[in-house]
Amino acid sequence: MAAAACAAECGVRVGMVDDNPSLGGQIWRGESDGQHHPDASKWVRRVRRSGAAVLCGWRVVHQPEEGVLLAENLSGFCELKYGKLVLAPGARERFLPFPGWTLPNVMGAGGLQAMVKCGLPIRGKRVIVAGTGPLLLAVADYLRKHGAEIPLICEQACWRSLAKFGLALVRWPAKIVQGLRLKFDLAGVPLAANSWPLAAHGETTVERVTVSRAGRVEDIPCDYLACGFHLVPNIELPLLLGCAVGNGCVQVNEFQETTSSSVFCAGEPTSIGGVELALIEGQIAGLAAAGRTREARAWFEKRKKARGFAQLLDRTFRLRTELKSLSRSETVVCRCEDVSYSRLRQHTCWRSAKLHTRCGMGSCQGRVCGPMTQFLFKWKPDSVRPPVFPARVESLAALARQLEGQPTAK
Amino acid sequence: MRNTAYDVAVVGAGIVGAACTDEFARRGLRVVVIGEDIVGSGATAAGMGHIVVMDDSDAQFALTRYSQQLWQGLRPELPDDVEYEQCGTIWVAADEEEMIEVQRKRAYYGERGVPTEVLDTKALQRLEPKLRSGMAGGLLVPQDGVLYPPCAALFLMERAQTRGAKLILGVRVAQIGEGRLGLTDGTEIAAEIIVNAAGASAADVTPGLEIKKRKGHLVITDRYPGFVRHQLVELGYLKSAHCMSGDSVAFNVQPRRTGQVLIGSSRQYGAEHKQVDHSMLVRMLQRAQEYLPGLSQMSAVRTWTGFRAATPDKLPLIGQWSGDKSVFLATGHEGLGITTSLGTARLLADQISGTKPEIPVEPYLPSRTAKEYVHA
Amino acid sequence: MHSEVTVTVNGAPVVVPSGTSVAVAIVMAGQACRRSVSGEPRGPLCGMGICFECCVAINGNRHVRSCQLLCEQGMEVATEKCIDE
Repeated sequence: MAAAACAAECGVRVGMVDDNPSLGGQIWRGESDGQHHPDASKWVRRVRRSGAAVLCGWRVVHQPEEGVLLAENLSGFCELKYGKLVLAPGARERFLPFPGWTLPNVMGAGGLQAMVKCGLPIRGKRVIVAGTGPLLLAVADYLRKHGAEIPLICEQACWRSLAKFGLALVRWPAKIVQGLRLKFDLAGVPLAANSWPLAAHGETTVERVTVSRAGRVEDIPCDYLACGFHLVPNIELPLLLGCAVGNGCVQVNEFQETTSSSVFCAGEPTSIGGVELALIEGQIAGLAAAGRTREARAWFEKRKKARGFAQLLDRTFRLRTELKSLSRSETVVCRCEDVSYSRLRQHTCWRSAKLHTRCGMGSCQGRVCGPMTQFLFKWKPDSVRPPVFPARVESLAALARQLEGQPTAK
Repeated sequence: MRNTAYDVAVVGAGIVGAACTDEFARRGLRVVVIGEDIVGSGATAAGMGHIVVMDDSDAQFALTRYSQQLWQGLRPELPDDVEYEQCGTIWVAADEEEMIEVQRKRAYYGERGVPTEVLDTKALQRLEPKLRSGMAGGLLVPQDGVLYPPCAALFLMERAQTRGAKLILGVRVAQIGEGRLGLTDGTEIAAEIIVNAAGASAADVTPGLEIKKRKGHLVITDRYPGFVRHQLVELGYLKSAHCMSGDSVAFNVQPRRTGQVLIGSSRQYGAEHKQVDHSMLVRMLQRAQEYLPGLSQMSAVRTWTGFRAATPDKLPLIGQWSGDKSVFLATGHEGLGITTSLGTARLLADQISGTKPEIPVEPYLPSRTAKEYVHA
Repeated sequence: MHSEVTVTVNGAPVVVPSGTSVAVAIVMAGQACRRSVSGEPRGPLCGMGICFECCVAINGNRHVRSCQLLCEQGMEVATEKCIDE
């Protein structure tokens, strides 16, 4: 939204494409529920006023030729011609397998929050929040405000890392305020560090979770388990477009330009750094794409500061090795194709596992099991091929039919 | 530099290499197989996995029929993940002219003991209701089947290893000849006989071989069980396979046991890169939608490409290479590598061990071509 | 603009506030969205359209991610378990 609004405000013809039903992405999902951050409404209004064309419910699946994107929605497809492209596809949660993790009502932390934003009744329900990252606290806070009971928050990082994180926040006072407010709001909710889920149990949905808590094992009954292990950048579309990637992040120059000409990238795909950094990068990218390099430069200092936070996040919420051994041999790792841990262990690389077990060949195209197997087995991912998202045959077979603009693609 | 002595060294760990290795090991030969990546990572990973009889020529028919029967014999031993399904093929005739071809095929197969059934418009619609209406009919070949090639190759390779074969992966062969193989890591392997089963890369291993890369595209959909029940091929398929130059597409879809629909086929010469070629994809999918309009709304999950190894006369090279007596060839299988892998292995093993092959090998001998090969 | 919407999930009507996603309606109806390859019941995992665990048939179209779709009056939702039976 930041990129689109800024570019459109410069008088450039802008189109925005997003898979979600409405503006806001993941962090600000559900603009209609009115409960979100004031910044969200501000940006939504700004995009609407800027004159940027907004295509919600559309997903980009392919680049059939230079300067053209193929997008589809529930009922049709279109080709989007662009002069400059700003990619802001965000990030997704990292999941890790453990016995019972495929039970219904075991969801990502952001996943459960998204469901509640889309109407899932949570009042009076018991939710265990587990995994790693600041998202856990934000999710627990949100759920509590909507009436959920949180018996425990399990953060796998150790107290020392969290304490260092807390101290380091002094560089970002706004974050301290945020943190303190969260602490206040979450008063009474036990937060355990050195803690992670060992197993989820239940008949048709999750009914209780066994957790490891500072070396002890505890069984906690619950209605939902919200479990996510920080975030993974969505780099599939940038990779398809030939952008160089390093350490799983899209490489960009000071103007957020990628190595692919005319393609910019902003936000989580360049490094997981949170809302502030994403907004700044989006503004730089939008301004730079619109040719306003001087105005873009004005944000460089702020970005530098915000990037420090990204590095802090990365250091604090590293995954501990104990998390590699949670699975039993029959634990499903690839959910699309039901490939178990023991079947995968027999292979020495992603490609071999994929070819011989179908792990990664399902509809999610490796988005869930890819980061998982990279952590569990140190496998390197494959190259990306179109479509970067499952697409209807008729869309892939399309001959040109155009909606013109200068898209900011999701 | 390590030196080890084998009876046979096989270059290439795809389905043909795996089948050959397995057959040599079965016959008690000391065999090593070298693959540059993982088992079945080349054309084997990209193929449609059909087990079919093809009648482009008598020689092609003989080899495909022989090999298909070997697959049928092997079937009870194949593990579940090989997903062997005898779904049969229907050659679809779009018009009356193609029905004439159907009759010709029926007669040809009939004379040679391959059961077939001519389908009229009604019968075709009943068997495959998702085909566009107005087709003239088709020919059902019930003994044809499909399987999942990477697991088939892995099965053969693992069986070969239990029979004593040695598998080396992740190394490239730099040169072969005169009873030795040089690997890029400096190792040399000594073997009485070296088999070039390197598929589309065969000419890199044996310079002078007339093998051209023929790129193909595939698309697989999400699960739609029952959408098609048989492998479906248009009668124009052979015209596409025939083309000695240029790009062509031909309608060819398969049901997989998972319920996914596998869509092919395309052929291009001269395309060296692995990337999906959008214009070919469009042509191939449009052709497929002409036959199966319902495909248009189906979710396509993946696309990929692969390189077939094509020879000038469309028959594989199975036998001793005139350029070097210690080198035998098992390559050039174009779009029939999966089908003919077992037959190839038998014919080659027969030639090497001096036993009488079960079908005449002359049509596949490398020496059949008049050209002189350049000595490497 | 109605404040409530009625959809059917496997033939049974489910009434939800407008702005509710189809995935939520399915969870509220106590159903699993789909059965995995080996028959396990599955529900939404990521909530943002990338895991495909929430796929159902909407008005006859298969493999639609229900978490990315808001309920519309009269929508017919069939979970994957129902289609293949």
